Amino acid sequence: MTANFSTLPAGERPTPPVIALRNVTRTYQMGDSEVHALGGVSLVIERGEFVAIMGASGSGKSTMMNIIGCLDVPSSGRYWLDGVDVRGLDETRLARVRNRKIGFVFQSFNLIPRTSALANIELPLLYAGVHAKERRERALAALDLVGLSARAGHLPNEMSGGQQQRVAVARALVTNPALILADEPTGNLDSHSSDEVMNVFESLNRAGRTVVLITHEPDIAERTKRTVRLRDGLVVSDETTQVGSRHAEMAAGR
Amino acid sequence: MTILLYMTTALRGLSANKLRSALTVLGILIGVGAVIILVAVGNGSSISVQNRIKALGTNTITITNRGRFGRGPATTGTQTQAATITAADLKTMSDPNQAPDILSVSPVLSASVTASYQAASTTVTVTATSPTYLPAEDYTVEAGRSIDASDVASSAQVAVIGQTLLSNLYPTGANPIGTEIFVTEGRNEAQFQVIGVLASKGSTTGADPNNVAIIPYTTAEGLLTGYTNNFNEIIVQAKNSKGVDAAEAEASDILASANQTTVANLPFLVINEQSLLSTSASTTSTFTVLLGAVAAISLLVGGIGIMNIMLVTVTERTREIGIRKAIGAPRGAILGQFLTEAVLLSLLGGLAGVAVGLIGSRFKIVGVKPVATPTSVVEAFVVAVAVGVFFGFYPANRAASLRPVDALRYE
Repeated sequence: MTANFSTLPAGERPTPPVIALRNVTRTYQMGDSEVHALGGVSLVIERGEFVAIMGASGSGKSTMMNIIGCLDVPSSGRYWLDGVDVRGLDETRLARVRNRKIGFVFQSFNLIPRTSALANIELPLLYAGVHAKERRERALAALDLVGLSARAGHLPNEMSGGQQQRVAVARALVTNPALILADEPTGNLDSHSSDEVMNVFESLNRAGRTVVLITHEPDIAERTKRTVRLRDGLVVSDETTQVGSRHAEMAAGR
Repeated sequence: MTILLYMTTALRGLSANKLRSALTVLGILIGVGAVIILVAVGNGSSISVQNRIKALGTNTITITNRGRFGRGPATTGTQTQAATITAADLKTMSDPNQAPDILSVSPVLSASVTASYQAASTTVTVTATSPTYLPAEDYTVEAGRSIDASDVASSAQVAVIGQTLLSNLYPTGANPIGTEIFVTEGRNEAQFQVIGVLASKGSTTGADPNNVAIIPYTTAEGLLTGYTNNFNEIIVQAKNSKGVDAAEAEASDILASANQTTVANLPFLVINEQSLLSTSASTTSTFTVLLGAVAAISLLVGGIGIMNIMLVTVTERTREIGIRKAIGAPRGAILGQFLTEAVLLSLLGGLAGVAVGLIGSRFKIVGVKPVATPTSVVEAFVVAVAVGVFFGFYPANRAASLRPVDALRYE
């Protein structure tokens, strides 16, 4: 895990973990005082995992999400994303890494206003330089995957919260990223919509996608396969959720 | 991202705030329109000055005896002799060795007379002169012939008539060549044979240059009361437009030495109208530049309007910028997106301004018929777009420099 994978010849490289954090700290300067948002986190997430990162507000989970998502860089420690050491990458390269390797889903959906669902989903492909025809095909396929084919031309403000979030999920997975990173994806949704969105994540994970959720809701975390708990900027527990969820049991018992 | 995509994204952004965008476009529109119209006004007035220069004739200087001499001694000097322009002076001026820049010298004696042919009768200006007068004053003969040296030598009673006189005396359209017209001035009366008709000519002053009859100056003796052996007015024609000032100096020198005085004390009025009009033309062009500069300032103000509105837009859309960056928009894409919006504003303003400018230039403004030049139109448009790029760059760069974490957190 601590090896720098890029130093190995191509043929001998093992499949790198999607996320490998080693002793990552993040310190903010707030006026005169320093705030230690992350105090030295080490974490490995392998391909195909379905992980919830939990913590109360102020536990450092947002900072963790920013660093995992390459929106922010660690103050110290190292981070490999899909085998790429992000330390020392400049702004342009970080943007490319975000574009190719990560699909973001946010609490407040964050679709571009006045832009159709399909165009929103096409956007990451546009920044990746994919041609118009292929963009459209892939965006339609992604929209189909979240069950919203009929809403392709709708604007964000013409859709319900659950639908918007599913469009956001489609946008996250359209680039075929190594990691789908969701920050409180159900935080603004009612329980029915939450359920829909979680179903989408579960089916994506069943199809082999690596999904990381940041959440403070225990019932959301329970539907994942692994829960990492943060407190005061440190990992306090890291356990495999039993049976890949209560839902499986409930479904079996039904 | 292709230009087309930038454009559609920018249009969507602008249409989200239609009134705001329209007002910003208006700022540029006024700037561009003002530049085009004001430069057209300046240009129009300089064209009218140039037309007056052309109508003046070709490179001529008018020298007139002020008439002060002959009635008394000079008021300023010790000179007591009356200054005159004699036939000998004309000969000296016509000598290419003594006056290399002078092409021709024509004496002029004009009088208002009554001319009649059959039943028709009219008032006309008779100009008694030499054959060189016609080219010097830009007269061309349309039919028949001009007066020539032999007419002057023989004091022939012949006349070349202008278009106004022609239509007044020959209302039926009869051929005037060879016919005899009667000219009466006071008690004098003479008969002239019409030998030629002048082509119509534009006016320099208020007088109608086509209501004339041109006769040999030798013929005027005994007919026109003002006639003496000396000339009160002569027209000096320079060889070319650059030599007008030199010709003026040479003529003045010759007259000064003939009258035993200095050029400064020469009692003649020397009118070099070309130099007067050149001064006026350069004043006009200064005026045009000034007008253009004032208008350009309004274009600058329009540019500041673009910058202002783009800064507001970038602030309003900070979150959107954060989202775009999070999903992988490179710096250049954000820069391009907002720069395109700014340039689109100035482009729309520029196009509308050109339309308004061209329409506005069709109307007479403060007595001047504006003449819009393609250069000023193209320049105003290009400057408008450049203003959009210049003033759009700072806000766009600010957007592109936002950190995604901060931008996403912005409410």
